[in-house]
Amino acid sequence: MQNDGIKKIITVSLGVCLVCSIFVCSAAVFLKPMQTANKELDKIKNILVAGDLMKDGEDPVKIYNEKIEAAIIEVATGEILPEEKCVDELNVDTYDIKVIEKHPKYGMAIPADKDTPGIGKMPKFMIIYMVKDADGAVEKYILPLYGKGLWGTMYGFIAMDKDLMTVAGFTFYEHVETPGLGGEVDNPKWKNSWKGKKAIAADGTILINVIKGIVDKTRPEAISQIDGLSGSTLTTRGIDNLVKFWLGENGYAKFFAKLRKDGSNG
Amino acid sequence: MAKMKEVLLDPIFKNNPIALQVLGVCSALAVTSKMETSVVMSLAVIFVMALSSTALSLIRNHIPSSVRIIVEMTVIASMVIIADQLIKAFAYDVSKQLSVYVGLIITNCIIMGRAEAYALKQPPGKSFIDGIGNGLGYSFVLIAVGFVRELFGSGKFFGIEILPLVNDGGWYVPNGMLLLPASAFFLIGLLIWGIRVWKPEQVEEEN
Repeated sequence: MQNDGIKKIITVSLGVCLVCSIFVCSAAVFLKPMQTANKELDKIKNILVAGDLMKDGEDPVKIYNEKIEAAIIEVATGEILPEEKCVDELNVDTYDIKVIEKHPKYGMAIPADKDTPGIGKMPKFMIIYMVKDADGAVEKYILPLYGKGLWGTMYGFIAMDKDLMTVAGFTFYEHVETPGLGGEVDNPKWKNSWKGKKAIAADGTILINVIKGIVDKTRPEAISQIDGLSGSTLTTRGIDNLVKFWLGENGYAKFFAKLRKDGSNG
Repeated sequence: MAKMKEVLLDPIFKNNPIALQVLGVCSALAVTSKMETSVVMSLAVIFVMALSSTALSLIRNHIPSSVRIIVEMTVIASMVIIADQLIKAFAYDVSKQLSVYVGLIITNCIIMGRAEAYALKQPPGKSFIDGIGNGLGYSFVLIAVGFVRELFGSGKFFGIEILPLVNDGGWYVPNGMLLLPASAFFLIGLLIWGIRVWKPEQVEEEN
């Protein structure tokens, strides 16, 4: 057949590739703004869920802009980064944990013996979100946390009350756990069970425990215990590790300590 | 016109790509734990099948047989990328759950198989209908399996509670195994059994 000449083969291959690439490119270019908007919206929604600010029928972006102020802190010192230092990737609007943790300047390796969440690297600078009331006083701090579950890294937020002891909310916005088992981290009922739990003692000791099985409500330590997810021991263990890590001295402990100090001085 | 109808409807029961040809089973296991993901995955496959069959059929007289497979793959892969981008733009939550499986439509044997067996020999109109028909055949199995898995695995239908779960204070103890991919094997097996009891001519002869 004349279709099998070298010339024809090359023309057809090139032609097909060219036409296909035009279609793929235009899809990617034209849909990009919508996809980015979706991702942003999804993150905002999850911040609101963690902070218990989500209301049906209201625009999440509007609530976010009204109530929430983002800031970047230096994990090692707990200091809030002044605005002039928030350059390059350290911008509250574009901050991306996955970029920063690998960044040569802003990321760092976690020593293996301390790396309980199994993440290897972490940002030196974390973004935090403050929920403000009408007078501009902080009501809650929403803090990102992440760590390994069963199948991959789980990314989420924990909201701490302004007393820095009580959990005000908890959610994961990205995970790949088994639907129905580890995926139950998305169950609103389980997420609600975090609210009001005492995670940290007044002196900074971490109290929170995600236990195996169901919390015995009659015992005094129940106030700091969270039900494990049945059928997903490894996901549960992952959550326990990552919460303890991020609330502990390698995570936000310095930030909390500083807030406590500032609070008692002022 | 009657023939077009056959082209469209045959792949649903009479010549179902999953049930009779046992193609494309792997994605049927992965995405059927919920109705929502099953439906979106079905739409993506119908979209890719219909458009890639039509496109390949349009250029079928110019495809050199030596690079045939690669040309088919290029067209299919492009359609899959477009489908993936569309889902990410219009159904972001679902795209998060489908994750890699939309991309894996490329390796779905049904699409490649129909391109080879049908689109390269038939005119574009018929190939388009054939693509939709086979996509529907695939969807039928996906949705049937998704329905059973979501209803009995998590007591829901499209995320709406049907059987109140014990966890939430109801009476239904969910069957956790249905949420694991392996359960889809059993369900597809049962479905194939059912179809073959109904249409005994599909039973393969024993050697």
